[in-house]
Amino acid sequence: MTSNSYFQIIVYIVTLLALAKPLGWYMARVYEGESVGLNRLLAPLEALLYRLSGVNPKEEMRWTDYAVSFLIFNLLGVLAVFALQRLQAYLPFNPQGLPGVSSDSAFNTAVSFATNTNWQGYSGEVTMSYLTQMLGLTVQNFVSAAAGMATLVALIRGFTRRNTDTIGNFWVDLTRSTLYILMPLSLILALVLVGQGVVQTFSPYRSVPLIETVSYEQPKLGADGVALQDAAGKPIMESVEAKVQVIAVGPAASQIAIKQLGTNGGGFFNVNSAHPLENPTPLSNFLEMLSILLIPSALCYTFGMMVGDTRQGWAILAAMTLILVALIFVEVPLEQIGNPALASLSVDQSATVSQSGGNMEGKETRFGITNSALWAIVTTAASNGSVNAMHDSFTPIGGMIPMWLMQLGEVIFGGVGSGLYGMLMFAIVAVFVSGLMIGRTPEYLGKKIEAYEMKMAAITILIPPLVVLGGTALAVMIDVGNASVFNPGAHGFSEVLYAFSSAGNNNGSAFGGLSANTPFYNSLLGLAMLFSRYWLAIPVLAIAGSLANKKIVPVSLGTLPTHTPLFVALLIGTVLMVGALTFVPALALGPVVEHLQMIGAK
Amino acid sequence: MIKSLKSAIVLFILLSVLTGVIYPAVVTGLAQLLFFQQANGSLTTDKMGKVTGSSLIGQPFSSPGHFWGRPSATGPFPYNAGASSGSNLGPTNPALIEAVKTRIQALKDADPDNQAPIPVDLITSSGSGLDPHISPAAAEYQISRVAKAHDVKPEILRALIDANTEDRQWGFIGEPRVNVLTLNLALDALH
Repeated sequence: MTSNSYFQIIVYIVTLLALAKPLGWYMARVYEGESVGLNRLLAPLEALLYRLSGVNPKEEMRWTDYAVSFLIFNLLGVLAVFALQRLQAYLPFNPQGLPGVSSDSAFNTAVSFATNTNWQGYSGEVTMSYLTQMLGLTVQNFVSAAAGMATLVALIRGFTRRNTDTIGNFWVDLTRSTLYILMPLSLILALVLVGQGVVQTFSPYRSVPLIETVSYEQPKLGADGVALQDAAGKPIMESVEAKVQVIAVGPAASQIAIKQLGTNGGGFFNVNSAHPLENPTPLSNFLEMLSILLIPSALCYTFGMMVGDTRQGWAILAAMTLILVALIFVEVPLEQIGNPALASLSVDQSATVSQSGGNMEGKETRFGITNSALWAIVTTAASNGSVNAMHDSFTPIGGMIPMWLMQLGEVIFGGVGSGLYGMLMFAIVAVFVSGLMIGRTPEYLGKKIEAYEMKMAAITILIPPLVVLGGTALAVMIDVGNASVFNPGAHGFSEVLYAFSSAGNNNGSAFGGLSANTPFYNSLLGLAMLFSRYWLAIPVLAIAGSLANKKIVPVSLGTLPTHTPLFVALLIGTVLMVGALTFVPALALGPVVEHLQMIGAK
Repeated sequence: MIKSLKSAIVLFILLSVLTGVIYPAVVTGLAQLLFFQQANGSLTTDKMGKVTGSSLIGQPFSSPGHFWGRPSATGPFPYNAGASSGSNLGPTNPALIEAVKTRIQALKDADPDNQAPIPVDLITSSGSGLDPHISPAAAEYQISRVAKAHDVKPEILRALIDANTEDRQWGFIGEPRVNVLTLNLALDALH
């Protein structure tokens, strides 16, 4: 690693942590219903939304009502995105005349965006009309993120309230997250990104002349539009000369801003944030990367403020940051070393002042090794899933670390709201385990952790591995699952494991070689996303309801403090032990085998 | 329950209009007003005002008289900006090693006397397939070939490369890079 590489990473981490407190403070005020600077502008709009929809913002919900509202709202989202994709050919804002999307792909995408996963089985610029991108996908980018934040806030209320059976109002939490937090930040980020070169237009794709024309072969079509075949059944090819380059454009910046801020990650274009019109400059890259972890880190401070002890929030943030930083400094050197198979071919892979060197397959020149590897860690730590380089072409262990970060359950920052509520589940397990060790009733933030909470927390921790490992096992056992694999050998297994790790933890990033846009993968990965989102969110809300009912236990000598370095270490240990022990066997079969083959090849 | 369903539907529609219609429309309006050039694809024009390409989207170059960009994995032809794609070849895939060998051969065939090691970005495909840049090292490597093809002094080419090189943003973010399209446009303008 070069000194510039260290410097870029440190600037990123410092900026991120410096913003946690101000934004976290702001969000706490939003959720506690207090006045914030934007009130004058947004309060009338908020009141109008409640009046038109008949929501009483003062009404409190029990956890079951909260969960039902959450589910109904998500179901509406799935139906709307599905319908928009199927009907887009008949709807406006479709300048390229794109046809309706197939039903299995439309199902997968609708589930993917409603669950805040944003797995992309499709290729944006050749599949989705501008209307679908805006009214379908952008909307879900906002509200799926807001729903995750609402669930977190409900859980926090469970800790702070006592002897009550209500945990807030879902509609209010959803609306306030969208209006006061996500929209203003997105508006600012979108405009800055346009300034850097991200496109934002309703015009059709642009056509520009090529300086050097290119000729290529394509199947010859008959008058009926069907590819012609020769006597042997092979398609007849014809030579075509490309004289122009059609450049896909569209309303991209508005979607990319919320895709990053809401830890969604679904790209406007196929190659996501590797596309020069989605992420044109190093600065746009820095800002997009910052936006990915901005709200998840600030929510830790929000949590601390709302439970009345900011040290609790800092402790959680410290645990997340330590794992993140450690993995960044493993990942960057792995990619910087490069591919040993190219070393014997008179290729220069060394880092110098005039090139980044390293494993550049699938990476963009403007980002080089440092920003591609840093992004890979950031996007998989958060359940974001956008990519600025092709993870499938990373070195074996360089690709394994992002995969493992997802397998840890998306709790190292994680999705907006969902990352922190997931981490709080691990905190509950950590206090339970330490309670067992010292022979005391476990407590967290003044609430006794009893059998009911432990059962629910255990469900949230066990469901994702079950979905990931079960789905992978099923897919590699049957032909239709293996047919989609692109790279041969152990790497092919990694592609499938990566896909289920991504869907089963609502991340959305991919080893892009896997042809996942098939009925089999669209369906199975769609189900994986559904299970992992709702079988986590609902037990979390159940815990919120149960905790709100309890009284607050005063701190005594027997209370384990949860803001100390000792607790941070316990929490990290719990996350890593569960993650490591569950997935090491599967990882050994894929990336580890491939790594050994790579370094052992002569 | 029924009341809650009605609230859900109405609120869903209202939030959809707000975030899916009003928000993108406002961003588009402001973007077209404030950043017209960038919002429409950063198109470059020649002196006559004719569009020559996009400064953010690479083009395919393979003649000895032009600087070549990163290999592109888009289909059906390289640098198809209507369908971005990476190669997704894994690091141990024999197809990757074969592709790299073919690219090395093409570079050596075009400039047999050049014995310098080849910068890695020149023989590995980019993530987007549309990468407009190469590293300064990759541009330097190609100077001898382009100089021979045009019979110009390497110093002239070096000056052109410098003029089309962007340093790290703010001096430290990202990587230094050479814009291949604008470099070749400047090269063509020499004649």
